Amino acid sequence: MTASVWPGLSALFFLIFSAFSASAQGDELTLWHAYRDAEARALEHVVHGFAARTGHRVTVLAVPFDAYGSKLAAAIPNGNGPDLFIEAHERLGTYLRDNLVEPVPTGLDEGLDEGLDEGLDAPAHDGLRDAKNGGNTQGFDSSARRALLKDHALFGLPLAVKSLALFVDRAQVPGPIASLDDLPPPRQAGTYSLAYENESSYAFAIFVHGAGSSFLRDDGTFGFKGAEAVEALRSVQVLAASGRVPSEASAALVSQLFSEGRAAAMISGPWALGEALARPNVEVLPIPPLHRGGAALRPFLTVEALFFAKGKSGRGPVQDLARAIAFDDGAMLRSLEGHQVVPRRALDGRAELANIPALAAFRLAAKTAVPMPSTVTMRATWEPMGGALKAVLRGDLTPESAAAMAERRFLDVTRPLPLPTSPTPWTLALGALSLLGAAIFYRRSREQDWGAAFKRSLPAYAWVTHAALLLLLLVGVPLIVGAATSLYAGSRSEPRFVGAANYVSILTARGGELLGLGSFWRTLVVTLLWTAANVALHVTIGVSLGLALSRPLMRLKTFYRVLLVLPWAVPSYVSALAWKGMFHRQFGAINALLMHFGVEPISWFARFSTAFAANVATNVWLGFPFFMVVTIGAITGLPQEVLEAASIDGATRWQRFRYVTFPLLVPALLPSVLLGTVWTFNQFNVVCLVSGGEPDGSTDILVSEAYHWAFTRDAQVGYGAAYAVLIFLLLVLGTRALDAIGKKATS
Amino acid sequence: MKHLEAIAAHALAIAATVFALYPLFWVFGLALSPTGLSSDARMWPLSSSPSLANARALVEGNPHFWTQLGNSLVISFATATVAIVLALPASYALARFSFLGAKAGLRTMLWTQMFPGVASAVPLYAILQTLGLLDSRLGLVLVYATTAIPFAVLQLKGAFETIPVELEEAAWVDGASRLRAFITVVLPAARPAIAVTFLFAFMSAWNEFILAATLLSRESAFTMPVVLQRLVGEHAARWGVFAAGALVVSIPVIALFYVAQKSLVAGLTAGGVKG
Repeated sequence: MTASVWPGLSALFFLIFSAFSASAQGDELTLWHAYRDAEARALEHVVHGFAARTGHRVTVLAVPFDAYGSKLAAAIPNGNGPDLFIEAHERLGTYLRDNLVEPVPTGLDEGLDEGLDEGLDAPAHDGLRDAKNGGNTQGFDSSARRALLKDHALFGLPLAVKSLALFVDRAQVPGPIASLDDLPPPRQAGTYSLAYENESSYAFAIFVHGAGSSFLRDDGTFGFKGAEAVEALRSVQVLAASGRVPSEASAALVSQLFSEGRAAAMISGPWALGEALARPNVEVLPIPPLHRGGAALRPFLTVEALFFAKGKSGRGPVQDLARAIAFDDGAMLRSLEGHQVVPRRALDGRAELANIPALAAFRLAAKTAVPMPSTVTMRATWEPMGGALKAVLRGDLTPESAAAMAERRFLDVTRPLPLPTSPTPWTLALGALSLLGAAIFYRRSREQDWGAAFKRSLPAYAWVTHAALLLLLLVGVPLIVGAATSLYAGSRSEPRFVGAANYVSILTARGGELLGLGSFWRTLVVTLLWTAANVALHVTIGVSLGLALSRPLMRLKTFYRVLLVLPWAVPSYVSALAWKGMFHRQFGAINALLMHFGVEPISWFARFSTAFAANVATNVWLGFPFFMVVTIGAITGLPQEVLEAASIDGATRWQRFRYVTFPLLVPALLPSVLLGTVWTFNQFNVVCLVSGGEPDGSTDILVSEAYHWAFTRDAQVGYGAAYAVLIFLLLVLGTRALDAIGKKATS
Repeated sequence: MKHLEAIAAHALAIAATVFALYPLFWVFGLALSPTGLSSDARMWPLSSSPSLANARALVEGNPHFWTQLGNSLVISFATATVAIVLALPASYALARFSFLGAKAGLRTMLWTQMFPGVASAVPLYAILQTLGLLDSRLGLVLVYATTAIPFAVLQLKGAFETIPVELEEAAWVDGASRLRAFITVVLPAARPAIAVTFLFAFMSAWNEFILAATLLSRESAFTMPVVLQRLVGEHAARWGVFAAGALVVSIPVIALFYVAQKSLVAGLTAGGVKG
């Protein structure tokens, strides 16, 4: 056995130790992006052309969107980042705050007269700027360029603009479309006039702007209030009640309904162009007003731009690469092959693009779109806006109270940072604590003669040291550093020591109701329920299956075992989304099943109880195979002679299980149950992917709150870390209490 | 009575199998349908015109596909091996020796599992950079191994405790050293637990993508979950291709489990003291 293992092991270690090949020749340039498919291929095409022309070596890395921001934030300050990266302009505020980007070097900014940029309403003056800028052939569309200006400096070269537009199936709507009312009414059940993501704040923005309201005002304060906000909410309420739009429509469902011809039109972005252009009769138009003669429904404008990572703009080759990607030839290629809507004047009227009128339509739509504010607080608007929208669509709140709730929640998230405190008392306290600890340690060591005990323990240490060291280095140290950030507030680049302010604020629910929505205490109750329900079901199902499948004479044992481990084997990201789809109100399998038995369909994510049940069902499905496998392993490991002895003694099968197998099984299963409890407590993937906290964040658990604070709401890492420390303390105390109870029960 | 029990066991197993497989049929349906799932409300997910277009897009649209699949296999096997190699002696010592700091160490190790990773990614990145382990398979393997070690230690410690000490003592009497007795006597007896632990450690590396995407910066070094996650964009996702990829990615796990569960059966005869 040993002989056959070693060659395999050494090959494995050769593979993990082998470095990635790298040769030094010409300049090394790195570009990161989060593009996919045609856009990614077009970009690679541009970069390969550049590399072939100049002899520089360019590494292009496509990073998953979910990990992109955190990767940039970890890599750039450590000097491992890219030279250039592509990102949407609305992240600029965050990246500036975290010191990740620098301005476009002067040679690359074709510039506009800065004096003109100030205080002038843009579209009206584009012509003037264009004239100043040497006619219509130079530079980027003003609307796109303006989105990347901060304090008169240009950050990033505009690559592509993204905004929502109307895709119309001309086979169903041949006539002119002056307003959304002109779309034909549904022909039959299951068809729609218009499909759009009716529960997303991003799509809701078109109605917000159409009603004359906004997410954020120019001065950075919350804009969604007053009569305009109420009107925006009322218009989507009326639209939903008309039955002309599908409910609970995800992006996938929207494009699905449109491509099957079941929606006469859809509101979507340039990312849908690839599929839509493959069909005949699809036309793209700027979104018309809601009603004839009404105000224009203006979507948000996102400008994807090429950013210079901090410290990387000086090198000539980097600038050359940026020019090759952003300027004329690269722009053309990206437009033609990647179907990107490129805001570059040199592309105006080019014959090659005449075949793709949709690109021109999107570029037109972009010119009147509302550039998304790029301040850090913009990220704090999505949740309150989405909450208000969904509460109104569910019929839980009137538009008036929903708008008021949105503002309250925004102010809650963006409340001013706590005042800085002096770290001196903390340092002194820490010093005193460690002295005290050392004293206690010393006394105990004298009392119990630890010196001798240590000598006796030496042989054992030889067995544990390597694992302990690795854990200390790669788990312990990051954990302590991470916990320490909970005493800080503000950005990573300029942290501010605030002492226990984060904790105080969390534990007092930031001055709100202690059991109000989103408060620590309420979320704690939900988390406890979540953990109890899951662990109980995991263990019951997993252990019963493990027992059933360990019966020596069970037929088809292997067959069942392999099939039942499948939920564990398939990556949970996809299977959780399959579950979410099964719980869809209109198109989900579970409601189809209920209707088959004559039960009314349920809006699963509209109420806490059903949304919570959906989350638990998914997580139980994901988790029971683990407990089944552990149980089978534990039963297999039980000493056979004890079981045999019991059966010789004439014990019945039940007695044998109750008095022999079960007591032997419990200690073997205990570590898994304990760890399973801890993992479930911190299992936010399922909550995130299935209910997404719906309704209104009520199904969120503590750890999802920690992530929301650290990453989506205003990026308050310290606040998220304080949540993490509280979770940690709760679990430590909880498991110790359980331990004590267990000991009492057994003694 | 025995018949009743067998019927109950089969009924339970069949019900669980239906529960386990039904959502997977939706994943299958998604993977085999070139346009995504049909928007009809229905109970049977597989479409009438299956197509392999998604699977083809997954493999042919990506020149590094086989390298990346290989990366995933190498990294996951190495993770499981490293985790087991480190956890075996540690858990044996915890099960058999009583030494200073054993309890405190075990408790601290359990505590590390209780701290959500929300704030520790950035310090971890800095440590790996200091060690020169960024963008390397070894770095990723060590990080994954540390996430698998606590469970492995607890699981194996539990298993070692159920193995009678007499087994080893017999070997010592025969003149074997502690290490030799550990390898020749204790390890074979703990095979079922080792198989479960190996599977667990393998899985903890196999499906992880956030750390992999953060620590690796070369396309040819990416693991499969990172590649699959790239199919999800900010506004839209290619669910069909993702589902096809998810099924492809689950095949090695099923194969591994098939092998592992054989060793679970083998443990039945290898474990006991005979006679």
